Amino acid sequence: MAITANKRPGKPADIGSASGDDAPVAASVAALITDAPVPHPTLWKTFAAMMAREFRVLGRNAPSTFIRAVLQPLLFAFVFAYVMPKIGSGFSVAPSAAGGGAINFATILVPGLMGSMFLMQGMFGTTMPLIMEFSWQRTIEDRALAPVPIGVLAIQKITAGAIQAFIGAAIVFPVVYWVHAPGQGPHVHVNNWFLLAVVMVFSATLTASLGLWLGTVVDPRKIQMIFAVILLPITMLGCVYYPWSALHAIRWLQIITLINPMVYMTEGLRAALTPGLGHMALWAILLALVGGTLVFGTMAVRTFRNRVIN
Amino acid sequence: MTTVTARAKDQGSPGVTSAIRTEGLRKTYKSSRGDVEAVRGIDLDIPQGEFFGLLGPNGAGKSTTIGMLNTLVAPTGGRAWVAGYDVTKDTVAVKRRIGVVTQNNTLDMQLTVAENLEFRSRFFGLPTGVAARRAAQLIDAFGLTDRKNAMADQLSGGQARRLMIARALVHQPDVLFLDEPTAGLDPQTRVNLWDILEVLHAQGQTILLTTHYMEEAEALCDRIAVVDHGKILAEGTLDALLADSGAQTVVTVRYEEQVPDGLAERAGLAERPGVTKVEADGDQLRVFAADPEGVLGDLVSIGAANGLHVRDATQAKPSLETAFLALTGREYRE
Repeated sequence: MAITANKRPGKPADIGSASGDDAPVAASVAALITDAPVPHPTLWKTFAAMMAREFRVLGRNAPSTFIRAVLQPLLFAFVFAYVMPKIGSGFSVAPSAAGGGAINFATILVPGLMGSMFLMQGMFGTTMPLIMEFSWQRTIEDRALAPVPIGVLAIQKITAGAIQAFIGAAIVFPVVYWVHAPGQGPHVHVNNWFLLAVVMVFSATLTASLGLWLGTVVDPRKIQMIFAVILLPITMLGCVYYPWSALHAIRWLQIITLINPMVYMTEGLRAALTPGLGHMALWAILLALVGGTLVFGTMAVRTFRNRVIN
Repeated sequence: MTTVTARAKDQGSPGVTSAIRTEGLRKTYKSSRGDVEAVRGIDLDIPQGEFFGLLGPNGAGKSTTIGMLNTLVAPTGGRAWVAGYDVTKDTVAVKRRIGVVTQNNTLDMQLTVAENLEFRSRFFGLPTGVAARRAAQLIDAFGLTDRKNAMADQLSGGQARRLMIARALVHQPDVLFLDEPTAGLDPQTRVNLWDILEVLHAQGQTILLTTHYMEEAEALCDRIAVVDHGKILAEGTLDALLADSGAQTVVTVRYEEQVPDGLAERAGLAERPGVTKVEADGDQLRVFAADPEGVLGDLVSIGAANGLHVRDATQAKPSLETAFLALTGREYRE
């Protein structure tokens, strides 16, 4: 240990002479300083590069991402639109408006299943990576040192999660279209594409904001709790399997579920996909989806910044 | 100081503008079990082109100091500027001009070696093609060619550290921060990294390094600040530190028994020519001497005359270790 004083080497670096063959070469290390491109970062360039990084990772994990995204709707559609009708547990709801004829469960399930996918994919897309990035190696510091405010990094994470949520929900369409018992296909008709787009975009950003917020406020060691205490009740009581209006029979539940963000997603999708089935007032749906995105998004940006900056 | 120009580096006047400057920089972590004063008022002034070392034991506040300069730790007192920009007010301007190698491995484990460099280059605004060329240049210079398509989590400790340094250099930072860059590396890899750092320094790269290895600070740094308990104990070139701390050979004898009170003074060792200081510390007597000739023998015989039995004895030549001992009166704990 005891190295004597004045050992300070003034020697020219002779890198590589005594070291292994993968050792760096002095001249090329020096060139890193003398021959370097001049960077001109802007907020948008950095944001775009971060999004490109997300897509590179998603592309690399495409098989597992796809399986994760497709398995849930596949199983749901298989059980509810194929198995149940086949074994005679047919389920139908009388149409509230002049829809004509009984409505099969697949029709009710499409909006509900999409809402559930928004939640699952939006949270998987934000909460889970965050748990990794805030774990003991704190790899979040890598992205946090990019030349943008920390809030932009949070918004980028919401955007990336929202895109995954959007894709995850869209996968529901082909699955329920193909997987059902004969004559049990969903009756879905889009009259208002704009409404569908608005509902889907804000459902995606709402779940991603919610995911980022939870990922920053919940202790990583208790993350399983999120799934038991938050994800499960939100899904089960999110009007996935029945329209909100059908809850009028249980008034107290109908009122309590109004705090559940997923209710507005599924009801918004019903308004866009199966308007004949009846749905909550459109203004309430849009207010909750847009307002919820803003509220949870703002909270998430703040808590994210507090977690990144010590 | 607040009016320092941004790109002073381009003005060709190294040493005029501070690359890093702090005034009474503090960080107190609040917790339910009481406040922890990690950094207790640090003043630094590091000119451009300097290789500066923060030396201190683990927990001395070095990483917290670097964190504040990197904008990822919010100071609770004092001010700091990096490349002329305030680290709390101009965070983006600071981040644009710094390269950081953290102690923990923050490589993007979901990307390959090349992608880590390419995406970092793109984060800093390089177009895709330029980013790819910069990545290739860095991979070549850092001897990672064989591993360029490996995932970042498949690298050895030394390779990961090289990649992290390479990644910190993509955008030609004004200041390179290295937090314990060689901790946990084998000696060969460490010397290899030292060589890289010396080449970078020779090209004018400003470097702030923290280390708890004395020999690392001695080997690399132009100037060193010795830090402990969140404060700078001494600062200067290695030679100045050794001179200021009365740098001497330190002769220590540890006895089986406690050294009686007043023995250090009674023994008359302090009057010996060449001896500057005599200290009793529990079961030890310690003599700081410019000329240690015969001191060890005296300590043994003084002990014998007072009924003390020698357990062990050491004689350390002047070094940062002896300087630390002189500054703190404590053994250096790594």
